[in-house]
Amino acid sequence: MKKRVYLDYSATTPMKQEVLDEMLPYFTEKFGNPSSIHSFGREAKQAIDLSREQLAKSIGAKADEIFFTGGGSEADNWAIKGIAYANRDKGNHIITTKIEHHAVLHTCEYLEKNGFEVTYLEVDAHGRINIDDLKSAIKDQTILITIMFANNEIGTIQPIKEIGQIAKEKKVIFHVDAVQAFGNIKINVNDLNIDLMSLSAHKVYGPKGIGALYIRKGVKIHSLIHGGAQERRRRAGTENLPGIVGFGKAAALADENLEAHIQHVKVLRDKLIKGIMEKVGYVRLNGHPEHRLPGNANFAFEFIEGESLLLSLDMLGIAGSSGSACTSGSLDPSHVLMALGLSHEIAHGSLRLTIGDFTTEEDIDYVLQELPKVVDRLRQMSPLYEKVKGGQK
Amino acid sequence: MYSDKVMDHFMNPRNVGEIENADGIGEVGNAKCGDIMKMYLKIDDGVIVDVKFKTFGCGSAIATSSIATEMIKGKTVEEALQLTNRAVVEALDGLPAQKIHCSVLAEQAVKSALLDYARKNSLQLAGLEDFDPTEDHHHHEEEH
Repeated sequence: MKKRVYLDYSATTPMKQEVLDEMLPYFTEKFGNPSSIHSFGREAKQAIDLSREQLAKSIGAKADEIFFTGGGSEADNWAIKGIAYANRDKGNHIITTKIEHHAVLHTCEYLEKNGFEVTYLEVDAHGRINIDDLKSAIKDQTILITIMFANNEIGTIQPIKEIGQIAKEKKVIFHVDAVQAFGNIKINVNDLNIDLMSLSAHKVYGPKGIGALYIRKGVKIHSLIHGGAQERRRRAGTENLPGIVGFGKAAALADENLEAHIQHVKVLRDKLIKGIMEKVGYVRLNGHPEHRLPGNANFAFEFIEGESLLLSLDMLGIAGSSGSACTSGSLDPSHVLMALGLSHEIAHGSLRLTIGDFTTEEDIDYVLQELPKVVDRLRQMSPLYEKVKGGQK
Repeated sequence: MYSDKVMDHFMNPRNVGEIENADGIGEVGNAKCGDIMKMYLKIDDGVIVDVKFKTFGCGSAIATSSIATEMIKGKTVEEALQLTNRAVVEALDGLPAQKIHCSVLAEQAVKSALLDYARKNSLQLAGLEDFDPTEDHHHHEEEH
């Protein structure tokens, strides 16, 4: 079989065998509805309770502060809309950043059409917000600060502790989209003064279609999904039992293996970055050199376009992603790359390679052997390259 | 997403390169939008005897450039002027809807190179009177 190298762990991860093993009985013999009073239901309910505890433990929360959702996007929607509408009597102002995931950005845009005011903080060239910008954006009407822990494209980690401190002092609710950070950074919601936090299972070797929202006890929030009394009346709908069981197991594994995971992916990621920087000219690293997710590498190759790069790599079995406009179906490159102040030309040539637990050193060697050739082939075809190639590398 | 034909022309593009002392050169698109095509023509006695291209862009931009060069090579100038973006799409066994603009760009690159040839030789070419090589090939509002 053709060699295949998966370097798109930020898009999704394969499920771990231990997670699948834990889930399987809940599709068949342990299929009960957790709301049922009989033994089938109680068995299911117990499994959910255990998962809730596993998840709570992994972020330093209490079990009754964890609410399962249909994924990270639902958690973001719920947190932002739920807080906005529950606190409308206090104010209508929300602060976020220009580089949030679309689940946050489009939710904020929706609220703007419904009487809320949103401040989108700028980021610096590495993708970090300026704490003073945040301080000066807070006003009497501010009810929510929603800022991602780490960015999905460039991997930049925000100064969450400082933001949490400010939010606490100013008594503004603080929501964090930690979908990318969870399982890659040790997170304690109390140390960081986080009031709400969105999580997703499929980024941490768990199943797709299951996520969670951490809601600090005492935080007033409206429901997003109305109906039955599941999730302490806050999130209706019969629970995704196998998904919840899988998420609990994945969270427990992520927590247990955190140090080893970080070490493993970081070594490979650093080797990848170093190798590319040495072998390829006219390339830059997008995102912060230090404050970045351990498995994230994001390059901008000048004179070539990201989609043709992805296609070429795909032909070699290498899977990555790009912020190029041509991969998104829109005219503009990713809002994240544009917010860094990159020119359109540079942003079009971006390539994100994200490393995970199953990545091997041989995988990285293969990429280091093939990627420079692919870049060179495309550059030889590019009219932008001919203008610079005379003489220098 | 792409037909085998598109992938073939993307992975093995025909006629890549430049022509020294070309009789006509056309460049369309811009880096901001993520695609630029540059086309070089060698024309003898009104016949396109050689054609080369360079393209910065996505897979379909490279594939449409490549097949467009194949479609006009050996043709007369008048025949090449008949090349439509639709013919390019058909020759590639189709393109995804959001990539149709690449075929428009390929047609414009050919016309732009022919316009350059006509100007250099003080020729009037039927079909190029209204051609504007700077026209937005995306056919929708520029967002930047």
